[in-house]
Amino acid sequence: MWQEEARRVALGIRRKVFEHSIKNNGGYLSQACSSAEILSVLYVKALNIGDSIGPPIPLSFAGTPGKDNPKSFTGALYHGEKNSYYDRFIISPAQYALIVYSALIETGRMSEKALSHYNKDGSSVEMIAAEHSPGMEVTTGSLGQGLSQAAGIALGRKLKKDTGKVWVFISDGELQEGQTWEAFNLISHYKLNNLKIIIDKNRQQCDGEMDSVLKIEPITEKIKTFGLQVIDVDGHDIEQINNACTVNPINSGLVIICNTIPYRGMYYLKKYSPKLHYIKFKDDHEKNELIKEIKKDLYED
Amino acid sequence: MNYEEKPYSKAFIDFAKDKPEVLCISADLTGSCEIDKFRDQYPDRFFSMGMAEQNMISVCGGLALEGFKPFIHTFAVFLYRRAIDQIICSIAYSNRNVRLMGFLPGLTTPGGITHQAIEDIAVFRSIPNMTVLETGDATEVETVLETADSINGPVYVRVLRGNVIRLFNTPFKFNQIRKLSSGEDIAIISSGITTEEAMKAVKVLNDFGIKITSLHVSTLKPFNKKQLLEELKNIRSGIITVENHTIIGGLGSIVSEIIAEENINLPLIRLGLKDTFAHGASLKYLMNEYQINTMAIVKACEKLLDISTNIDNEDIDNVEINDMTVNSNPEDL
Repeated sequence: MWQEEARRVALGIRRKVFEHSIKNNGGYLSQACSSAEILSVLYVKALNIGDSIGPPIPLSFAGTPGKDNPKSFTGALYHGEKNSYYDRFIISPAQYALIVYSALIETGRMSEKALSHYNKDGSSVEMIAAEHSPGMEVTTGSLGQGLSQAAGIALGRKLKKDTGKVWVFISDGELQEGQTWEAFNLISHYKLNNLKIIIDKNRQQCDGEMDSVLKIEPITEKIKTFGLQVIDVDGHDIEQINNACTVNPINSGLVIICNTIPYRGMYYLKKYSPKLHYIKFKDDHEKNELIKEIKKDLYED
Repeated sequence: MNYEEKPYSKAFIDFAKDKPEVLCISADLTGSCEIDKFRDQYPDRFFSMGMAEQNMISVCGGLALEGFKPFIHTFAVFLYRRAIDQIICSIAYSNRNVRLMGFLPGLTTPGGITHQAIEDIAVFRSIPNMTVLETGDATEVETVLETADSINGPVYVRVLRGNVIRLFNTPFKFNQIRKLSSGEDIAIISSGITTEEAMKAVKVLNDFGIKITSLHVSTLKPFNKKQLLEELKNIRSGIITVENHTIIGGLGSIVSEIIAEENINLPLIRLGLKDTFAHGASLKYLMNEYQINTMAIVKACEKLLDISTNIDNEDIDNVEINDMTVNSNPEDL
């Protein structure tokens, strides 16, 4: 049953990110809470991709890409072989790197040991991932560029008559970038129906709640107005996510808005609202309290 | 003088027509960038991306990842001023084969501040993996496409449009400085539209017995340092650089860096925009106003040689450079 596996992977992602963040005195915990089910459904069920061809323990950084550096490599190896019929998966918010790495480990695409390289000097398992980091194919940490690059890949694959689809995972904060709306226009104009866009709508950004920083709502209506097909789902309901993923739009790209909760599965984090972007601990007392409470959610139920 | 009307229009069709991987990208300046005929003849490989440069640049990064070679056409200013982060993260970092064809370089438009790309070379030069080319006549406009296409990685090209003078009869050659004349007194190093001015200056100064080595640079990055040093070996009185760009970060800076690092003990005068914006006016007026014309080069030579020639505007207007021989072997042109 894929459902059982997807639930296991989602819990595994939360546990990994939690344990890692405790060890490192902070981390991107809320992103794990909001996106664990989305990534687990994609990797376990929705994506039609091959087995990883990346080394289980990622290679050290081999220099930036360039004509004089044949040694540089791509993190897309962890999404398997590239061919005309397999899907491609682009991750736009590179700040989700730790969550993506955890998902790759939980789905057997990377070794458990890979996380010991996270954010270490000389490693490719970077804190904010670039295209050499596991799971990454393009460089997207400057937000708003992942969707456009995925649209370019989708347009290119259409021209080549590839049957594989292009998936792109974006965060709702990226909707503040004008480029995102430029991309929606292009996707609609060129009828890129081989492109599926998954939005983690956790309503959070670096400064706090999106509605207080710069309100973008109503998101669903706005994207529909741009001519794309939009489906709203509960982003923690794996059946709903998967059902939406199976939709094949005819005239435009598909947008799946996953409504998520940034402390789902680690409810103690709510205390940190609205500063959820990167959780840091003030002192040992606070840290121990958090560990005790979150462990109940992650290990005792 | 010999002029060519819209050399890019025909050149792009000739270049691209049998290359299915080459895509022609436009940002609502199709006629202005002389790709309207390509659009009409090869609509399947023409993509209009509207006035949305940030998205266009990233989309082309994605297309290049799929093995296509997008040639982006717009005014130079709109590329680097509007979408520099996208150029860096979606194209340059990944060393993607995207060609950025920048029209209206420097003062070649009366469009003023918003349309004049006067610091583009400084910006593009500073980006790793980026190659920077500049065309100086119709022949270079016609032949730069093959050169750009042969490069592994992103390329920025300053393209001339409209009625373009023909100065050279040999094609654009990557990272090769064109030697237009030989002489030991002064070296003039020019690029783009200023080479026509330099050629006139050389001719008019020759009549006064002043011997000049005149060099035309069309590959700004990488830069052929070895060839430049070879040419500077026998120069006695100084170097003049002249460019259709601010003197900060362009050709003048490149030469400055080389002569400083290599201990070349010669005075240098950099002609170009002196850390100033320009404004909307005719090219002739602006080249005089900002001192990148023949007279400015003549004056710089006089200064380096500590002489006065009394060459006036009429003398310069009477100079003909259409024989393309300017004291040198035609093969060099």
